[in-house]
Amino acid sequence: MAEFVTFAVAAALIGAGGLGVITARNPVHSALFLIQTLIGVAILFVVQDAHFLAAVQVVVYAGAIVILFLFVIMLLGVDKAEDLGVEPIAGQKPLAVVVGAALAASGVVTVVVAVDGATGSAAAPGIGENALDNGYTDIERIGRVLFTDYLLAFQITAALLTIAVVGAVVLTRTVRADDLLDDLDPLSMDVAPLAPAGANDEQHVSADQPDHGEGS
Amino acid sequence: MILGQDPLYAGDVWGALPVTLLKVVAAFAFLLVSVMLNIWFLRKVISDFQNRVGPNIAGPWGILQTLADGIKLFFKEDLVPDNADRFTFKLAPYLSLVPAFLTFAIVPIGGDFNGDGSRDGLVTIFGKDTFLQVADPPIGILFFLAMSSLAIYGVMLAGWSSGSKYPLLGSVRASAQMVSYEAALGLAVAAVVLQSGSLSTHDMVLSQSAGFTSWAIFTTGVVPFVVFFIAGTAELNHPPFDLVEAEQELVGGFHTEYSSIRFALFFLAEFMNQITIGAIIVTLFLGGPQGPSLFLPDGWWVGTIWFFLKLSFFLFAFVWIRATLPRFRYDQLMDLGWKFLIPLSLFWLILLSGLRIGDTNNWALGNYVGWFLGWFAGAAFLGSLLSMAVNTARADRLAEAAEKEASRG
Repeated sequence: MAEFVTFAVAAALIGAGGLGVITARNPVHSALFLIQTLIGVAILFVVQDAHFLAAVQVVVYAGAIVILFLFVIMLLGVDKAEDLGVEPIAGQKPLAVVVGAALAASGVVTVVVAVDGATGSAAAPGIGENALDNGYTDIERIGRVLFTDYLLAFQITAALLTIAVVGAVVLTRTVRADDLLDDLDPLSMDVAPLAPAGANDEQHVSADQPDHGEGS
Repeated sequence: MILGQDPLYAGDVWGALPVTLLKVVAAFAFLLVSVMLNIWFLRKVISDFQNRVGPNIAGPWGILQTLADGIKLFFKEDLVPDNADRFTFKLAPYLSLVPAFLTFAIVPIGGDFNGDGSRDGLVTIFGKDTFLQVADPPIGILFFLAMSSLAIYGVMLAGWSSGSKYPLLGSVRASAQMVSYEAALGLAVAAVVLQSGSLSTHDMVLSQSAGFTSWAIFTTGVVPFVVFFIAGTAELNHPPFDLVEAEQELVGGFHTEYSSIRFALFFLAEFMNQITIGAIIVTLFLGGPQGPSLFLPDGWWVGTIWFFLKLSFFLFAFVWIRATLPRFRYDQLMDLGWKFLIPLSLFWLILLSGLRIGDTNNWALGNYVGWFLGWFAGAAFLGSLLSMAVNTARADRLAEAAEKEASRG
């Protein structure tokens, strides 16, 4: 009973949030609805005793990814209601209908198959009689699986993330001549100036201005 | 559903309702009253630091000043700027306040943790055994991290929805700062989790209950404690990390456009967060509510007294820092977070894991090396912080002298 009530409330939250994401005119409001959806999913995780997933859902998705969305929205200044009459890509709308229908169909198929499995003999594995379900909490189970069976995948993911971070730094840190003029950090002045030879004298004047003590 | 290991919820869940309600109301009332006292305490102590009297009219020693201010704020005009996004503008203060309230739920504020395993923090209320904390979820301390990451929304949306430049700048600063320092905060927490072997705050306190030396501040070698304290202060946006408000630059930061009770809610959330961070530090590193009963008769109230003593120390430390240290510059703030705290806490986590493996494999050497390294690194860390502070001031003076020299010559 309690589980059903919690599910109903969380499902209503998720549904309303999902609708809100696509109907809100303002991108920031969409992001807010997305948070609502994510927190609803976190509640469902708690109901299913997947506490760790719930926490990660909130910390990673609501706490980092949507924050990133908001940063982009705010800093790029797209936080205005948009004119939805114009299609940026030709044929986007019919394509969206097709893809959406396909997704919905696969969702329905999954639900139907799952119901069949529950009534029939091919019961859904992993619930109740899972080999991993041996008295450990979900956190211990996830840790165990992550560091034994899926260690390679885990490490590859970690390497991927590191590469992404390094890539982002490399791509965004372009050193230009006018950057050097602004940059008063004495440490960076040892780098050979990339500016044409004529501009060098001017740079060195600014380079001699001491910083607020960093690095000294 | 598992609602934590609190024996209260083991059997009859409806029978647990009165005790749960009592705990929730008590925690709520405690937080409100302690915020009131905390603000008064802050103003009084800062006054002492600055050699003035401070609030002294409302109530004895001005202790009711916060209450008077709160009532005043209630009756002030509530302004919503024309450019504001009205709904988000009104929502934002609550997004700040609710996480601040919820985080306190996982803090054990009392109980008999005497280490002999007889009570293990259980107290009996209305004939029901329970823990003295509102909730003990299996994810425990992750709940704190989740709430602190949700708290960013209040600040961020407040700044954005005000429809004005300074609040937006303040909120972008705030969210960048909070996101950056969260990583260091999480790594410091992970070091404690490594020692306690559980995420639950109750288990963490339990694992530190074998006396003074078993406190996580010592078993994790001081560094995670220092990192957590610094990152926690940054997460609170408190001085010296209060670039969010930076009156000289941003008028008032993200809450510039707020007035009346909405402003009061931000204020409430800020000081509530301060109390919560203090309480989390006590729980994680200082054994929570445990301590010797001394001359008092044994009982759960001894734990509560110890908890409040430890908490008061940290509340004082926050005020002390606020009154003493000047504000960081933005690039210094980011450097400290990304180039210093995160690598340090990551290194420390790996070191602790290595020692842990050494411990399970009976490399007896590991313990001594660990202790030595821990104390040595702790001392080196504090020393380097101090020298950094001294050097910054000296470089400033040198720069000033050089400038004078240049203008003269």
